[in-house]
Amino acid sequence: MKRRLTIVLALLVSASVALLAQQPPDRSVAPKPAPPPALHLPSIQKRTLSNGLPVWIVELHKVPVAHATLVVRAGTASDPRGKYGIANLTAEMLDEGAGTRDALQIADAVDFLGANLSTSSSSDASYVDLQVPVARLADALPIMADVALRPTFPQDELKRVREDLLTSIVEAEDDPATLVQFAFPRIVFGPQHRYGTMSFGTAATLKAFTIADLKQFHSTHYVPSNSLLIVTGDVTPETAVARLEQSFGQWKGAPLQIPPVPAAPQLTSRQIYIVDKPGAAQSQIRIGWVGAPRSTPDYFALRVMNTILGEAFTSRLNQNLREEHGYAYGASSRFDMRGSAGPFYAAAGVQTDKTSESLTEFFKELDGIRKAVPANEVEKAKNYLALLMPRNFETTGSLANSLAQMFVYNLPADYYSTYTQRVRAVTPADVQRVAEKYIQPDKFAVVVVGDRKVIEPGIKALNLGPIKSVEIDEILR
Amino acid sequence: MRAFRNTAAAIAIAVIAGAVGHAQTTPKPAAPRPAATRPAAAPRAGALSVPFTQFTLPNGLHVILHEDHTVPLATVNVWYHVGSAREKPGRTGFAHLFEHLMFEGSGHVKEGEFDTLLEAAGATNNGSTQTDRTNYYIDLPSNALELALFLESDRMGYLIDAMSPARVNGQRDVVKNERRQSYENAPYGLADIEIAKMLYPEGHPYRWPTIGYMEDLTAASYEDVVEFFKRYYQPSNASLVIAGDIDQVKTRGLVEKWFSDVKAGTAPVAPIDFPHAMLTSVQKKTMQDRVQLPRLYISWLTPPLYSPGDAELDVVSQILAGGKNSRLYKRLVYDLQIAQDVSAFEASAALGSQFQVVVTARPPENGATPQALIDRIRGIVDEEIAKLQKDPPTQREFERAINQIEASFLNRMESTGGFGGKGDQLNAYYTNTGNPDYFNEDLSRYRSLSATDVQSAAAFWLPAGRRIELVVEPTKGSEPGKDK
Repeated sequence: MKRRLTIVLALLVSASVALLAQQPPDRSVAPKPAPPPALHLPSIQKRTLSNGLPVWIVELHKVPVAHATLVVRAGTASDPRGKYGIANLTAEMLDEGAGTRDALQIADAVDFLGANLSTSSSSDASYVDLQVPVARLADALPIMADVALRPTFPQDELKRVREDLLTSIVEAEDDPATLVQFAFPRIVFGPQHRYGTMSFGTAATLKAFTIADLKQFHSTHYVPSNSLLIVTGDVTPETAVARLEQSFGQWKGAPLQIPPVPAAPQLTSRQIYIVDKPGAAQSQIRIGWVGAPRSTPDYFALRVMNTILGEAFTSRLNQNLREEHGYAYGASSRFDMRGSAGPFYAAAGVQTDKTSESLTEFFKELDGIRKAVPANEVEKAKNYLALLMPRNFETTGSLANSLAQMFVYNLPADYYSTYTQRVRAVTPADVQRVAEKYIQPDKFAVVVVGDRKVIEPGIKALNLGPIKSVEIDEILR
Repeated sequence: MRAFRNTAAAIAIAVIAGAVGHAQTTPKPAAPRPAATRPAAAPRAGALSVPFTQFTLPNGLHVILHEDHTVPLATVNVWYHVGSAREKPGRTGFAHLFEHLMFEGSGHVKEGEFDTLLEAAGATNNGSTQTDRTNYYIDLPSNALELALFLESDRMGYLIDAMSPARVNGQRDVVKNERRQSYENAPYGLADIEIAKMLYPEGHPYRWPTIGYMEDLTAASYEDVVEFFKRYYQPSNASLVIAGDIDQVKTRGLVEKWFSDVKAGTAPVAPIDFPHAMLTSVQKKTMQDRVQLPRLYISWLTPPLYSPGDAELDVVSQILAGGKNSRLYKRLVYDLQIAQDVSAFEASAALGSQFQVVVTARPPENGATPQALIDRIRGIVDEEIAKLQKDPPTQREFERAINQIEASFLNRMESTGGFGGKGDQLNAYYTNTGNPDYFNEDLSRYRSLSATDVQSAAAFWLPAGRRIELVVEPTKGSEPGKDK
């Protein structure tokens, strides 16, 4: 009896163990995601300082840090003809002396606060960005204001920063991946249009700039009527606005109209350009032409189309050149949208001995995107774009940057709250329409930085178009 | 790393990674600064804490959960406690090649489906390999969490069911192109590979590059994949963090559902053990590259991650090369303007770290040879290190460095997903210390230091007579102006 009882007990124990252990899950079908959670967009609390400078504040109380961004709606596209690079140099020079401090004193004060203060320019705006522990925000704001509003532009610092930029150009010549970034816009837009020269200008313009040029660009463009101050993080408007008023409320300047950037002439026939890099292990390729401006009504259709073509990992270019053929570590495409139509390009670094094969595959995909795209591929791209959007609102820095884009490109107040539905509204027919309009491979410029002796015969045999050899000096001049 | 990133982003990341330090000498005597810039003492934030729960499944998988509802996204972050240090001779680069294969499908996931399913759910993902670990993340809308757990558990449990020699060949070509792009075709790209050879003796697990030698990538086989998976990708050699917009109770249930059928390994992975590498003299080498500016690398062997001296050397790197007022930057780049850039960093790792100083020279002037310029730069680096070994940094220099480090801890708390987000950090701390919420202990390593500690560490760990020096000089004919 006893023995029997033991067996029964043992059976009970093993049964309960089996119950506790997990049933193996059904792996035959991937779990379907539940409906996406609602995104509660942080509200922008808008104020105005006594001088008319608008202030946008977004509270984010997760971490005791704050981010302040002064956005000035004038960037490298505002460089006058013959002075390409002055907006960038002005931004670079802001923290090289400001208010009563010299360059080293500014750096010392900022670093001591545990802050990061950076100055930069894009095509359509210039930025002064401050990231700081919130306990030190009050100490850091006056320094930020000095840097943005009262730079002193010392002559010896100009000399030093100029030499630094000129040396960067020398370094760029050594790096095929950087060189192709310089070469492609120069070839598509030419030396005259602003978009055909890198943001920092050329060696020639850099050498010619004077303190007077810097002062003039700054006093003309850095004015409150042309600017926005953004503060995100562990702050409230109640405490922040008084401090912002103290640092930025006295800022004055004549109102200004920024003229639109003229549209660049479009390319009309396909041509190949080779920049020689003897011995290069890879060829750096960029293929494209003049794309679209940020204000295009085709914006969302273009984003969906380009996600299918080259913006995500499963995009066609990457699947083909990387996953299917192994010619490259990665391949992508991009519309660089600005005040005027910026470049569109497809790009990859491909192994030297597969350069012509890679070009064939590039054109296969560029031609292919013009044909009807299957609905499920469009759906995947739309989800990818729409559902990851909340990422822009996770950190104080990314949030400030998202708000800055709204200001610089005059996006509507409901831009982010309607973003998802606008992505969702794109149809396969829209995708095909914008592909046919914006992707015309028989008119594209093909720029290759690589070992010319090795790659040219193969490229020639493809009969893509006339081949022109480009000297490094032609790109950088 | 697995996915293509555009060059601009890659450069930005490299610059951030290089600029580990932030530092200065005594500020120029000048007009008195306004009181606002002279806080009496370093600002002290409260204790850092990232609340979490943890449990271990019967198969040995350790799981850590953390809630953060800032945005409706979650991250699934896995660390396998294996990196290139475990590779066999003749198979360098294998841990990284294996990382690539983890995205190519598994027992119940067809080739290509891993990324297709994730992108269709609005997710991004990536993986990376270092000497001591391999990590993976999937960032996605929190409603799709279960999809990520299905995919992550399937490749942990059933990767080999879908593996084939053809898949190995496919990613072998991709990895070779990663090597071409990031090393062979990149200026100075082969320097780090040379430095590791100079620092570590034959057989040391850090002697070979994580990207691997080309011939070893060629040799890697399907059989190697099977063996590596069974040995190192068992659940007890991994840890899983799920962080973000999650419910911990529900998430635990989902983890148990999807990961419990992953089979336990047969033999636990023994801790890696290798005698500390030692340098006994100065080793010098010059290599040529298709560059125009000469560059000097000096490197020392330093103590392992989290052991005494490691935090001190982070502060040393700030004082030498972080910011305009740092000692090396100010002399070489700011005052003398004979260098284009300088960086200094402690690259911490489990078996031992290395401290590196890197200086890129300006184009030599007045007919000077690259060698003469590099000699001058080396002399100044030596002088500045000797000063720091003789006298502690000034109080302002020291506090400035500590304040920068403290602020970087706060900034690192802002994002949850991706590499370097809170999910990744919880996993790093768990892997390296056993405590996922080691944030405050880590910060305390710096807060508890004195200026004298920094001086002592510089004196002990950066000896002039035991280090390696690598000079990369322009290939004949590619000096400035000559290739135009």
